[in-house]
Amino acid sequence: MNPYLPREAQIIKRSEESPNTVSLLLRLTDGQPYDFAPGQFNMLYLYGCGEVAISVVSDAEDSGLLMHTIRALGRVTRGLTALKPGGRIGLRGPFGRGWPMTEAEGQDVVIVTGGLGCAPSVSVIHHILSRRERYGRLSILQGVKHTDDLIWRAQYDTWSALPDVEVMLAADVAEPGWHGHVGLVTTLFDRLHLAADRTVAMLCGPEVMMRAGAEGLQVLGLNADSIHLSMERNMQCAVGHCGHCQIGAHFVCRNGPVFRWPEVRSLLGTRGF
Amino acid sequence: MDNSGILPRGALQSLLDALTDRGYRTIGPQVRDNAIQYLDLADVGQLPAGWTDDQAPGSYRLSRVESPRCFAWATGPQALKPYLFCSREVLWRAERDATGKLDFSTSQTNGAPVAIIGARACDLAALALQDRHFLGAIRDPYYDARRDTLFIVALHCAFPADTCFCASTGDGPRAKQGFDLALSELDEGFLVEVGTERGAAVAAQLPLQPSRPEQHRQAEQEIEEAAHQQFRQLPSRDLQSALFARLEHPRWDAVAARCLSCGNCTSVCPTCFCHAEQDVPALGGARTEHVREWDSCFSVGHSHLHGFVVRPETRHRYRQWLTHKLGSWHTQYGRSGCVGCGRCITWCPVGIDITEEATAITGDNWEPRGSA
Repeated sequence: MNPYLPREAQIIKRSEESPNTVSLLLRLTDGQPYDFAPGQFNMLYLYGCGEVAISVVSDAEDSGLLMHTIRALGRVTRGLTALKPGGRIGLRGPFGRGWPMTEAEGQDVVIVTGGLGCAPSVSVIHHILSRRERYGRLSILQGVKHTDDLIWRAQYDTWSALPDVEVMLAADVAEPGWHGHVGLVTTLFDRLHLAADRTVAMLCGPEVMMRAGAEGLQVLGLNADSIHLSMERNMQCAVGHCGHCQIGAHFVCRNGPVFRWPEVRSLLGTRGF
Repeated sequence: MDNSGILPRGALQSLLDALTDRGYRTIGPQVRDNAIQYLDLADVGQLPAGWTDDQAPGSYRLSRVESPRCFAWATGPQALKPYLFCSREVLWRAERDATGKLDFSTSQTNGAPVAIIGARACDLAALALQDRHFLGAIRDPYYDARRDTLFIVALHCAFPADTCFCASTGDGPRAKQGFDLALSELDEGFLVEVGTERGAAVAAQLPLQPSRPEQHRQAEQEIEEAAHQQFRQLPSRDLQSALFARLEHPRWDAVAARCLSCGNCTSVCPTCFCHAEQDVPALGGARTEHVREWDSCFSVGHSHLHGFVVRPETRHRYRQWLTHKLGSWHTQYGRSGCVGCGRCITWCPVGIDITEEATAITGDNWEPRGSA
């Protein structure tokens, strides 16, 4: 088994989420099974160009198809998002440690995301909503810099209409007619009613946001060990060999990308790690 | 270890021949481009007999000595690492047909197994660390194949350079494990120690003569002296916690003012494992190769993350390297990532000395501002 060798995947459907963000629905052409856990990621390969680490947004139990939402930021992601249905790419994965879905059973779940950081948490939302009886109240707090950056608006509306689901949106800069909150996502914490002793928090997004979020949740009484963060670093091999993704002693690709807050707290605010 | 006897100096070729007969590609030290390098070795006449190395921070020079010995020197810029973890290699290939269909294939070719002559204790310790990295929970198939067939003839070190500090890391100068055969060089020949069964099989083919106790005493004494001659050392304290407690120590700025961020230290380090991957497409577009190359935490691209760089300043990069090498390695692989070979000191263009920096940063009672 060669951990570096991609499998071929075909694009079944392409949808534009925003001017520079595209979702690709993929099918592996070898017909072999593919299992993943929410929070894990794949290495997507653009022919002749290279690989990039992207989290899976679909539900693990979806009929053999998997979805990735990709923002066009670099050479590989610009190429991937320009592909059409029928196009073929390489795929390796899944890699890493995902969200603590078993540990969260029987608990309330708070999801705090910023920017496109919401992508790794969408598979969690799907996972919880399709196993609703196993989890308590679900709070989704999504922050964006500008309301133009907010993708999946229809999904948020659908989710907020569900029982025991609360959706709160915040934007630093609001468009006219914006009914959500204006400010940092962490300022939504004032409106959050947590049962701190039975709540698991999952944070995803820019590190300053996650740091402020984790500290804010601790102030609300959450146990530090119940706060989980999805980290991001340069990843090339995805199996802990190439060395790029290290934060202190952690290989983010293998020991993460999801970490407990105490595991990364000391280095998260230190520039250069 | 089993002491088999002494191989007379004039019979050293029999060792190479025995390995060649068994199908090994024999690699050994030779003088090339004014440095001792490990290259294909067909004849013992190619060994650096009568040469020694003078090493100092930022300086490496070879000079002649009046001695019949082939190993009267310490270390060259590289030894084992490039033969297992190649500086550049193709991991896989992809082909695209007219319909756009992709076909991925591995490019693994198993060349002749390699036998290395003259591996030092520091290099064997580094090899054991690379084993832990590349053959851990997820095995690297390319490293694995080469490692599996590697035959090692170690050489106990009797001529440390001024930059060596293997005695302080506990990794040398005696090669303790990880070899098939180990040699102690005396003027008249080589004492042969057997480390493995396949080593014993090779030793059985050699024209060994019985060794005398005084020859063993002399070899032991030379190794002991090699340890005593070393004057550089790493601090003996817990460097992991000491370094991570001093991330804002002013010495990081001082060393960054000298450091060129060139990556020479990571290139010559026998334990550094970072590598980058890139695609090299053929001009026609129908095929492409996915290549990996050694990378360095001193490069800008190493910490690049869509739109920003985690370690933009040299201070961050030197700190990353040192806190990893002497700190995080303990958590990752159960020991320090430094084996005391001193190469990073010698090959640093400005002569930055890892032992001096580690001592300066961890040796005082510096406390972060604002702490009690």
